[in-house]
Amino acid sequence: MAYSDKVIDHYSNPRNVGTLDKSKKTVGTGLVGAPECGDVMRLQIEVDEATNTITDAKFKTFGCGSAIASSSLATEWLKGKTVDEALAIDNMEIVEELALPPVKIHCSVLAEDAIKMAINDYRVKNGLPALELEKSHH
Amino acid sequence: MLKLPIYLDNNATTPLDPRVLEAMMPYLTDVFGNAASRNHPFGWAAEEGVDYAREQISQLINCDPKEIIFTSGATESDNLGIKGVYEMYAQRGNHIITTTTEHKAVLDTCKHIEKLGGKVTYLPVNEQGLISLEELEAAMTPQTILVTIMYGNNETGTVQPIREIAAIAHKHGALFMSDGTQAVGKIPVDVQADGIDLMAFTAHKMYGPKGVGALYVRRKNPRVKVTAQMDGGGHERGMRSGTLNVPGIVGFGKACELARLEMAADAERLSKLRDKLEAELLTLEESYVNGSREHRLPHVTNISFKYVEGEGLMMGVKDLAVSSGSACTSASLEPSYVLKALGLSDDLAHSSLRFGLSRFTTDEQIDYAINHVKEAVTKLREMSPLWEMHKEGIDLNTIEWAEH
Repeated sequence: MAYSDKVIDHYSNPRNVGTLDKSKKTVGTGLVGAPECGDVMRLQIEVDEATNTITDAKFKTFGCGSAIASSSLATEWLKGKTVDEALAIDNMEIVEELALPPVKIHCSVLAEDAIKMAINDYRVKNGLPALELEKSHH
Repeated sequence: MLKLPIYLDNNATTPLDPRVLEAMMPYLTDVFGNAASRNHPFGWAAEEGVDYAREQISQLINCDPKEIIFTSGATESDNLGIKGVYEMYAQRGNHIITTTTEHKAVLDTCKHIEKLGGKVTYLPVNEQGLISLEELEAAMTPQTILVTIMYGNNETGTVQPIREIAAIAHKHGALFMSDGTQAVGKIPVDVQADGIDLMAFTAHKMYGPKGVGALYVRRKNPRVKVTAQMDGGGHERGMRSGTLNVPGIVGFGKACELARLEMAADAERLSKLRDKLEAELLTLEESYVNGSREHRLPHVTNISFKYVEGEGLMMGVKDLAVSSGSACTSASLEPSYVLKALGLSDDLAHSSLRFGLSRFTTDEQIDYAINHVKEAVTKLREMSPLWEMHKEGIDLNTIEWAEH
């Protein structure tokens, strides 16, 4: 399969690979996918409580080049965004940016889900109700 | 300078040996006659080339030249052998025994036989990829007309106990066929000593051209016959009609001659290179060789790297031309049925790489491959949440995955 230049770039030079301390109240973690499906994505955000802004984002992904690129791109986009702005990230924006072929759209869905799960984890840790997440992608 | 990518997918196909091309050239140019044209020198010259090739091929597998039926390749030979025996021996029985790890050319042909009303037993293999002789014996019935079991496996290189299998088949009055595609030209295959009645093999896995193969069909003790699956001019003793692919056949003959003369030296050199590659890659934690390490082809290894994903791994080893357990039926994402038959989980099957070395593989190439794979696996593991969990001692089976 031919990968787009952007996928290859993210795969070869992934941004923000790593781990944040999930025990911290300011850190939200989203873990999506399953090993037998061939994709597991873990996305973490660190939020500045005063400004509700994402100050750091890290990922680790087990998956194909498109899954790695989707999560790498997501961490780039998350940094500096408010939590509300982050919630608005749509998987199709990732598809467009990375020029993902139809068979790889699920990688972008996974990234969007990971973002939302990380935000919910952060919310619950801080006494906020979890948001209802739409499941229409599945 | 090392030329990239490095070709290590020699179980898929091998490059043409320049000496083979040289032998073929006259038959692609001046000697263009139809080997079946009996009335003029053009035909005679072509026939002479074919006859000589038949000799060269028969010497490699120790048979009579008349026992070689030329086909378009191993897939056709597998089809002709299985369907041809099924039709020819219909009076005697309708049961065929094979294994779950055969090539699709055998498995799908057997499925076709089942649609026609035949019965097929698919013997399982153990974690080494080997069948159980006891299970084979137990599966034999008075209706069993054919046992067809591959010589060496295309994905793992595992070599079955061919002689013992042949003896069991014969004891129960069945014919024994073997798909010798990966083995012929790589290890000594002797149809007399091995007790093989039919054998499919092909030129392009042993440095010959594509588009030409053969079915060995035993002529005495017993005299085996197959019903033609291609009707027409009655070529190849009526078993396979169609104008002979003269340049291909000449190349096949030359490839067999070279294999006969050079196989032992090639195998010795390549098994050392393969062992080095394997030993180095096994220094990576959580890496496993798939299939038997004792009974296998000298130029093949198949290794799984746990906690990295197959497609990502393939992308990471872009400087190598190899196959993976997820890419072999390329269009689908299904992991290899051969590796699954060995008992591998989906993720281990997905994260496997198959290395097939050739006569043209160099030490330098293997050294490069070792470093390249190590780097890719290490980098992907650093990126893998599963690897991190494994390192923290978390049992991945205890996690509730948000499945898609």
